[in-house]
Formats: sequence, C-alpha cells, structure tokens
Amino acid sequence: MVKHYSISELEAKANEIRKDIIKMLEQAGSGHAAGPLGLADIFTALYFDILKHDPKKPDWDQRDILLLSNGHTVPVRYVAMAHAGYFPKEELKTLRKFGSRLQGHPERTKLPGLENTSGPLGCGLSQAAGMALAMRMDKILHRWVYVVMGDGELDEGNIWEAAMLASKYKLNNVIGIIDRNNIQIDGPTEEVMPLDDLAAKWQAFGWHVLEVDGHNIQEIIDACALARAIVEKPVVIIAHTIPGKGVGFMEYDFRYHGYLLHPEDAKKALHELRTLQGKIRGEHE
Amino acid sequence: MSMSDLHLIKDVLVKDIAKEPIRKGFGRGLLEAAKEDVNVVAACADLTDSTQMSLFKAEFPDRFIEVGVAEQNLVTVGSGMAAMGKIPFVSSYAAFSPGRNWEQIRTTICLNDQPVKIVGSHAGVSVGLDGATHQMLEDIALMRVLPNMVVIAPGDSIEAEKATRALAKDKRPAYLRLAREATPIITTDETPFEIGKAYVYSHGNDITIIATGAMTYQAMVAAMKLYTQGIDAEVIHVPTIKPLDSVTILNSVSRTKAVITVEEGQIAGGLGGAVAELLSEECPKKLKRIGMRDRFGESGEPDELLKHFGLTSKHVILAAHDILK
Repeated sequence: MVKHYSISELEAKANEIRKDIIKMLEQAGSGHAAGPLGLADIFTALYFDILKHDPKKPDWDQRDILLLSNGHTVPVRYVAMAHAGYFPKEELKTLRKFGSRLQGHPERTKLPGLENTSGPLGCGLSQAAGMALAMRMDKILHRWVYVVMGDGELDEGNIWEAAMLASKYKLNNVIGIIDRNNIQIDGPTEEVMPLDDLAAKWQAFGWHVLEVDGHNIQEIIDACALARAIVEKPVVIIAHTIPGKGVGFMEYDFRYHGYLLHPEDAKKALHELRTLQGKIRGEHE
Repeated sequence: MSMSDLHLIKDVLVKDIAKEPIRKGFGRGLLEAAKEDVNVVAACADLTDSTQMSLFKAEFPDRFIEVGVAEQNLVTVGSGMAAMGKIPFVSSYAAFSPGRNWEQIRTTICLNDQPVKIVGSHAGVSVGLDGATHQMLEDIALMRVLPNMVVIAPGDSIEAEKATRALAKDKRPAYLRLAREATPIITTDETPFEIGKAYVYSHGNDITIIATGAMTYQAMVAAMKLYTQGIDAEVIHVPTIKPLDSVTILNSVSRTKAVITVEEGQIAGGLGGAVAELLSEECPKKLKRIGMRDRFGESGEPDELLKHFGLTSKHVILAAHDILK
C-alpha cells in the first residue's frame, strides 16, 4: 500500500506537485492558481501519508474518503492523484480540454478516485456528514471522511447547517480541513465577509478545533492523527495557508484566485519553484 | 368509452368514494421498502409526521436522520449517504424541497449521479389554508428539467405506496410529488405500476385526456360524464412525468381528434409543458392545458381553490366541448 515518506521527501514531493500545477494551468489556459498552490502541502500530506487508500483500487471498500468541497482547487488534487499513481501524469495535460476526465471542476463519474462532484460551494461537509452517518449505520470503524473546504466558501449557509448536524450526531469520523488563506474572488475574506473569530465559531457549533501551519507537513500529519483520536466531537483543522505559496509574486495576492496564467508568469513561477527545490534539498542535507 | 382492465375501482362517480391523503401511501411504502432492504434510509427536515416518515422512524430509528429546518443540508446529506450505498428518502414540503435546494440537487445528486429520492409533500393548491407560500406549483418543472432525474406524481395513496417501493429498487435520482389532502382512491392493489409507464384508464376515440397526480380522478369523472354527453374520451394516467411514456401517449393521440392535459401545478414546465413538447415534435394536435397559468395560489378550502383555479372535472368537461367545437 502506501510507502512511508520522510518529511523532506514529502516537502520535495509538494514542490513537484506545485510545478505540475503551474504547467497544467498554463497548458489549460485557464483555472485557479492561488488555491491549488496553497493546498499543495496539505494534499501531499493527505495522499502520501494520511489517507488509507490504494491508487490501483480507487473503490477499495476500506479506503478513507477525501471530499473536495471547494471544487475550483481541483488541480492540486489531480496532480496529487497522478503522482500517487491513480492515472498517468501525461493526462494532466488534458485538464479542462474537451473529452478529458479532468474536468474544470471535479466530476465523480468521470474519474475514478474522485469521491464527489463539486464546484458550487458549501456542499462537501453535508456530504461528509451523510457518508459518516451511513458508515455509522453499517457499524464501520476505522475509516475516516476528510473534507477539504475553502474559507471563502464558509460564507455559504449550507456549511453551517452541516456543522450543526455533524455536531448533533457527534460524527467523530468526519475531519474537516479548512484552507484558511484569507482570500476569495472579490478580495480579502475579512473585507468581503468577515469570518473571524473562525475558531470560536466552530467551537460554538460544537466542534473540536485544531489550528496548523498549512505549509508545515509534519503539523498537518500530526493534527490529523490527533483528530482521529478525538472521539467526543467532529474535528475541524484550520490550516493557515498562503495563497499562491511557493511563487513569490502570487503569494497573498487575491487577484491570482482565478487569474489566467500567462506563459511568462508560468516561466517565472517554475523558475522560483526550481530554486525552492534546491532550498528544500539544502535544508535537509 | 370503456374502462380499462387495470383493476381500477368499479365506479368513480360514487358519492362516498373512499379517500386518503396520497402521502399516507408513501409512509406505508417507505416502511415496506425499508423492511425489504436494509439500505433504505430516511432523513427529514422537521416535518416527520406531516410527510408520513413517522412510520419509518418508529420502526427504524437508527436509520432515520433528523436534519432540522435545513433543506439544503437535507439533500446533500442524502447525497453523502447514497455515495456509501444507501438509498436515502429525504422529505419535506415540496415548497422547501425541491423549492429551496435546487442547485444542491442538481450538482450533488443529478450530476453526481446518486440515487437520492426527494419526497415533496403538500404539493398543489389543495394544500389549502396555508396559502401561496406553501402551495408548491413549480416543483414538476424544477425537477423535470434536470438530467438523470425521475419525476413521479402518484394518483392516489395506493399508487404512492407502489411508487415508493419501486423507487427504492431504482438506481436513479428521483422526485416523488405528494399531496396533502385526502384524495379519492381509484386504483386497487392489483392495478399495475411501473416507473416510466403511463396507463390508459379508460378507452375512447374522440379525445385524449392526459392527467397526473390527484387530477386523474377529476379526469376520470369528466370522462364518465362526457360519455353521457356524446363525447368518447380516453383517459391516460401519467404517474411518471419523466421519463414520459411517449409511446402510450402517441398511440392514443394519433387516434383521437384533440388532447387535454390536467395537472395541479404550473403548466409551464409541468405535464402540460411536457406533452406540448412531445406532440409538437411528434404528432401536432389541438391541445388544451388545464393547470396553473403563471400565477400563485392563495388561502382557502381545497375544494374552493380547485374550483377557483379551474382544476375540477367540470373544467375538463368544458374544455372538451370547447376543443371539439
């Protein structure tokens, strides 16, 4: 099954994933860049350490479930899946192209290994709750439902309906991961629709809240391990991330949320990521 | 005209015809389906008694989820349960589900292809006193337009029971439309029901009357009276509005001179819309459509409202005379 990777190997993997995200978005000619880059460490940690899964058997009935609620960040999932062996990396070039299994927003029925169809925001947590309830009815233990949500999508009321339900039924087999990158399409989240105090909100809804540096792979792995051990409540991990992480001129800039990547930008981004790759190697040598 | 051999009741004109709310049949059907299949589960948005899910809840409390007044959550939780192999029936009033949560149904159920059964109770103006907010008229249109979605409006409680059991065995997403008021029972346990089939309830040669839901009773009454007035009407009951049984409809329409559709909902996008689309492509005929014409309901007694909005057998009779003039 899943090979054990060291933290430095995972960091290098995350960097490879970032490079492939840039390449595939350039090729596609459209798509969101900031979110996927910011989520690269989290998806690396999920696919190469945290999740119980088998890329050769995507419908394995013992697998953990990973739901992507903010479907527009799917490029990071596609790249992580390709690196994990779900499909050939060559196929990444087909993103958003006619006939591709890699739709602009993820469609479960097109690509084995996707667990939900998403894009319209705010639904993932409800689906996670439904899955967790079904597992409980079937007395299934030791399987978890992870659901990655954006912070902008927390504006959706549907999320909070689900938060109440998961808390009511004490769904300890649900682990929410919020990509707290503080941006959404119209600007900073705290200007568009303030979310803070975000941890206090989730606590008030009956959740156990963990906060991590979303670019510290060890912290992400440890938080998920802790979340699995907490049985009294559902757990949400607020992962503080930098949108566009790894590419200096994109970092923190909300304009890259859905920005078209020009070839010269892509070149600059790849150059930065290559330099970063050297740094990761250097740090661990 | 002649009655079909579909084991309907002998006389629809009888004064003290037995009545029962259509939703009661759903409640019984769900319980039966749940006994037959352990994967049948249910969720409700704070209307467990009204939607008749209470029978299921009492028998299978561990398979019942109460989501509170949260219809968006209701259907998306259903999507999640279905993804794990369950067959979820999720219920509320039709005005709220599918009234409020259409996009969630579109993305997480239809496009995501999960066999969630959305049960909308209290559809139509016959909801009565509660008024326009609660009289759902647009649900057929909203659900019919969605790819992958099956749309069913049973004609009485016995058929609702059969439809519910059939839906539990079907792998597609579906919408089941139920009415609140006691509705005349015109079928029996022996009357056939299959998803996707329309049924000729009475045979005739002059005119085809196509009806769905509780309006089929009105159509049958109209056909009986029309016969005594020299008009030989064929009545087709269409419990499955989507996929529409175009073969049965076209077989009839190709023989008769004109067509009337009857429904308790908006004609636009409803049964009237569906039949008009079919006939204008395949077999253009003179057509009159009875239903709600681009307007809302209001408070009142159910019978009073049906009369006011032109949804009775009398209006079907008038339309038949008018169209054959």
